[in-house]
Amino acid sequence: MDITALLIVLAKALAVVAVLMGFCSYAVLAERKVASWIQGRIGPNRTSLPVISAIPLIGPFLTRLGIFQPVADGLKFLFKEDPVPGHVHKTYYFLGPILALVPALVTVTVVPFGRYIDAEGVVSPLMLANIDVGILFLFAVSSLGVYGIILGGWSANSKYPFLGGIRASAQLISYELTMGLSILPIFLWVNAPGTEGTMSLFRVVEMQSGAWFVLWQPLSAFIFLIALFAETNRLPFDMPESETDLVGGYHTEYGGFKFGLYFVAEYGHMIIGSGVVTLLFLGGWNPLPWVTLADVAGWFGADFHIGITGAVLSVLIFLGKLCALVFLFIWVRWTVPRFRYDQVMRIGWKVMLPLSIANLIFYAVLIAYLDTR
Amino acid sequence: MAKVLERKPLTLAERTYLPQILSGLKTTFRHLIKKKVTLQYPEERPPISDNYRGIPTLVKDPEGREKCVSCQLCEFVCPPKAIRITPGEIAEDAPTAHVEKAPQEFEIDMLRCIYCNLCQEVCPEEAIFLQDIYSFSGYSREEMVFKKEKLYEIGGTLPDRHFKWEKKRLAAEHGNVH
Repeated sequence: MDITALLIVLAKALAVVAVLMGFCSYAVLAERKVASWIQGRIGPNRTSLPVISAIPLIGPFLTRLGIFQPVADGLKFLFKEDPVPGHVHKTYYFLGPILALVPALVTVTVVPFGRYIDAEGVVSPLMLANIDVGILFLFAVSSLGVYGIILGGWSANSKYPFLGGIRASAQLISYELTMGLSILPIFLWVNAPGTEGTMSLFRVVEMQSGAWFVLWQPLSAFIFLIALFAETNRLPFDMPESETDLVGGYHTEYGGFKFGLYFVAEYGHMIIGSGVVTLLFLGGWNPLPWVTLADVAGWFGADFHIGITGAVLSVLIFLGKLCALVFLFIWVRWTVPRFRYDQVMRIGWKVMLPLSIANLIFYAVLIAYLDTR
Repeated sequence: MAKVLERKPLTLAERTYLPQILSGLKTTFRHLIKKKVTLQYPEERPPISDNYRGIPTLVKDPEGREKCVSCQLCEFVCPPKAIRITPGEIAEDAPTAHVEKAPQEFEIDMLRCIYCNLCQEVCPEEAIFLQDIYSFSGYSREEMVFKKEKLYEIGGTLPDRHFKWEKKRLAAEHGNVH
């Protein structure tokens, strides 16, 4: 690979990571805003930038919306004093936040966020690395994120973070199985006999130009979504953090920039998770069930579904669905109280796991019947 | 007789938590789109009723005469002893000389004042009123002891229905003291 190609790949990767980080910071703002609205408050509406806020109408509107708040939050995390408590295990204490963030940034490489149709009609995915093992790689790497939490909890040498770390690992083990089993029916269907076998997410989206998978495998989607809530440590499954009984959970001893990394990692996992749900169950960049972008272009008699416009539209549709899912995450967080630890374990092992196995068997039989008819 | 509460076992739907979560989501969404009641405080102020008890101040009558005659009733009634009056006499050649007395100095320690309204109630001259001001600050304790000038400055003029001393002066001129 020559140097230009390498630079292009690097530029693409940096662009994707920058967009992901932007989404993370605005997810934090969305969290704060939605929380305030649900609680009957207004939320951050004072932070303003010197020039932009002075623009009539738009400036005050953006300020009221809190658009500039993430800038202030980010600067705060950067410049805040970041003391290292005397009783921590230094190496692992520093390693924790990095290990939490890196998997979130790595998984984004295999997530397709759009598609590009060139003049010859060849469809290619917009993603950093179109590897065949897509979903396997994603699951493998995203599960590594829990190491950051466990290390953070353990290295802090204090009981509450330790409990948080233990809970995180127990919860991950309980729900990872369910999560994997819940998406197997989809790949059974995608890898129909006679087709080339693949685990690529791009292929999954292409299969959903007709019915979205959520429509004929609603139980899979439901189990996957619940497992995702548990995996991303979001309420009602935020056992590792549970600020009421564990002070702050695994990041009790963290402050400043290191806490900021944990924070970004949490939202990064949430955003990637939402993206994966969109790709697996909600039709990716297909605007409506049974309606592809090409169909929409056909209604208008135009051809905006190909080329750059088509690519931009597909990315926008994908991001729209992703944002809706992030909103669902936030909405659920401010609605449902936290499950008790034993309830989390009971739901995980005695309800979700048998349910996902039953779901797998049912769809395996159904798909076998449909494929061999 | 004690009422026995029957605890029914949870139904299957209830044990999945789902109906409860859905109804909860509905409730929170209703709150999400509801009009907010937050007051943007420094810019927006809450409406204040007429009988609000803010800081006590002295007032002048529409002719500009200070109404306080330094009878010191408010000083005596004040529960936290926030008021201190130094009585003084009105000069012989002043047009209101027949009122005889006016405060030489009138101090209210706003750090002690409890906004009880007793001074306003007790004042026979309707000279001291609790205003609608509820937020004020200073850098030192001395600054928070409001002097006469400041009290008149905040209090300003209130419409007067009686003109008691003007009537007294006119009556005296017509040879009828009462």
